[in-house]
Amino acid sequence: MMKFQPTGWHALLYKETLRFWKVGFQTVGAPVLTAVLYLMVFGHVLEGHVKVYGSISYTAFLIPGLVMMSMLQNAFANSSSSIIQSKIMGSLVFVLITPLSHWGWFFAYVGSSVIRGLAVGLGVFVVTLFFAVPDFVAPLWILAFAFLGAAILGTLGLIAGLWAEKFDQMAVFQNFLIMPMTFLSGVFYSIGSLPPFWQGVSHLNPFFYMIDGFRHGFFGVSDVSPWVSLAIVGSAWLVVSAIAVNLLRIGYKIRG
Amino acid sequence: MSAISFQSVSKTYPPSRQQRAQGKPGLRAVDQVDFAIEEGEFFGLLGPNGAGKTTLISMLAGLARPTTGSIAVHGFDVQRDYAQARRHLGIVPQELVFDPFFNVRESLRIQSGYFGIRNNDAWIDELLQNLGLADKATANLRQLSGGMKRRVLVAQALVHKPQVIVLDEPTAGVDVELRQTLWQFVARLNREGSTVLLTTHYLEEAEALCHRIAMLKQGRVIALDRTSELLRAAASNVLRFKTDADLPWAIAQHARITGRIVQLPAQNAHEVEQLLVALREAGVAVEDVEMRKADLEDVFIDLMAGEQTPLEVAR
Repeated sequence: MMKFQPTGWHALLYKETLRFWKVGFQTVGAPVLTAVLYLMVFGHVLEGHVKVYGSISYTAFLIPGLVMMSMLQNAFANSSSSIIQSKIMGSLVFVLITPLSHWGWFFAYVGSSVIRGLAVGLGVFVVTLFFAVPDFVAPLWILAFAFLGAAILGTLGLIAGLWAEKFDQMAVFQNFLIMPMTFLSGVFYSIGSLPPFWQGVSHLNPFFYMIDGFRHGFFGVSDVSPWVSLAIVGSAWLVVSAIAVNLLRIGYKIRG
Repeated sequence: MSAISFQSVSKTYPPSRQQRAQGKPGLRAVDQVDFAIEEGEFFGLLGPNGAGKTTLISMLAGLARPTTGSIAVHGFDVQRDYAQARRHLGIVPQELVFDPFFNVRESLRIQSGYFGIRNNDAWIDELLQNLGLADKATANLRQLSGGMKRRVLVAQALVHKPQVIVLDEPTAGVDVELRQTLWQFVARLNREGSTVLLTTHYLEEAEALCHRIAMLKQGRVIALDRTSELLRAAASNVLRFKTDADLPWAIAQHARITGRIVQLPAQNAHEVEQLLVALREAGVAVEDVEMRKADLEDVFIDLMAGEQTPLEVAR
């Protein structure tokens, strides 16, 4: 029987975390399996053919990218699916009629997205250790970019959930924005291997800095300085957070 | 201090893109509503579908914002002091909504948490007992019948012991047992000091429970008085008969028609006679004619017909 009983926005954070944990097979197990399949296929095809940053094996290089990509996609999925489902099913009313402030909503939805992102990321990392063991040159960078990446995507998921009125609108957001930006952010390759034009394009993608900074924490090398990545990713989070908090404050598409 | 006060509240929904293209204005769902509900009252809000009842309650709950005017709960403005206002309010929504991830007890504990209440199990157990949910505490909400889900909605609204309870058509589509259980419990809470605001289409419930009643039509309050006064002011008698024929419009607009049974307000013997003559002249054959005392439904029909626009009457 549940004895732990948080209050205020912690109650919403707890509820949102319990929500994904109750279907953990789908929300944590499935993305871990997907990431492992990527690792097996790409690792098998490219291992031995590609060396990155001089001496790092392709499989080891791929692991941080896959961990980060899984974290980003699942952090987004957590807040976006929760909001859109409860909007369409009507159960959002249980939160709308409470004294919780827009800040409470923000921290609860983004917080639970970060928790799910980190849970999936940890799951992917643990399983991929059977294939290769990357270094841990700078663990603080790993933690900082893991948290910030999941927080940005959790915040974007919150915005998308508020904006979308139908599941297909959410699918557009997910498939035509989030998915391409994560895939084209250097998960599977170092952008140093790209032609100059595409390197320039990649530098416009904020997801690139999340993965590049995260990878720096493992190998101590990256395409750009981790401090630059931190500044860009931190600024991006502030911008999307300001948008999300304001949408919650005005009750965008949730209060008539 | 009033438990709830509506001050010149209006709500206009903006026109859709299509309506705007056709030059049509937005929908004025609530129009200059101005009344107060006192502490401890059992208050009824009646009106046909689309009268503005749910819009008014949505604004009270903070689900919608008034276009003009203000609403306060125990003196707290529902927009400016929303946190305090909502702590005093327990809302049972009209739609049968639920969160499919949790069981009944989890839902109630989480809802308690939103209101800052820890260790609320004694009250949760009492709610479960009084609403006939004690054996469903660990059941997932998806597994419950519609009536049981409705009970959980009531429990969720009461979990933080609100001083003002708002029931938006709580007995729509539920069985007799739940109605009795619910009304016994709500009446007890009202006796213990809670204010109750009820909207319902079951007028006999409103007549039996409500101290005062407001009737809404097209967003405006067209009647507001003590239930007994509303009944006294209306036709004291009703002519009841059966017929297979269609009634003339002038008579039909005041009639309460259930299948073959027609009920018409009639103050005295002279009005009864006039009605029967009018029916005979219209070729309406009647049978099983009898008289009875008027009830709230008669008042409701009378008021709704009486307030119709000239266009509607002409049609």
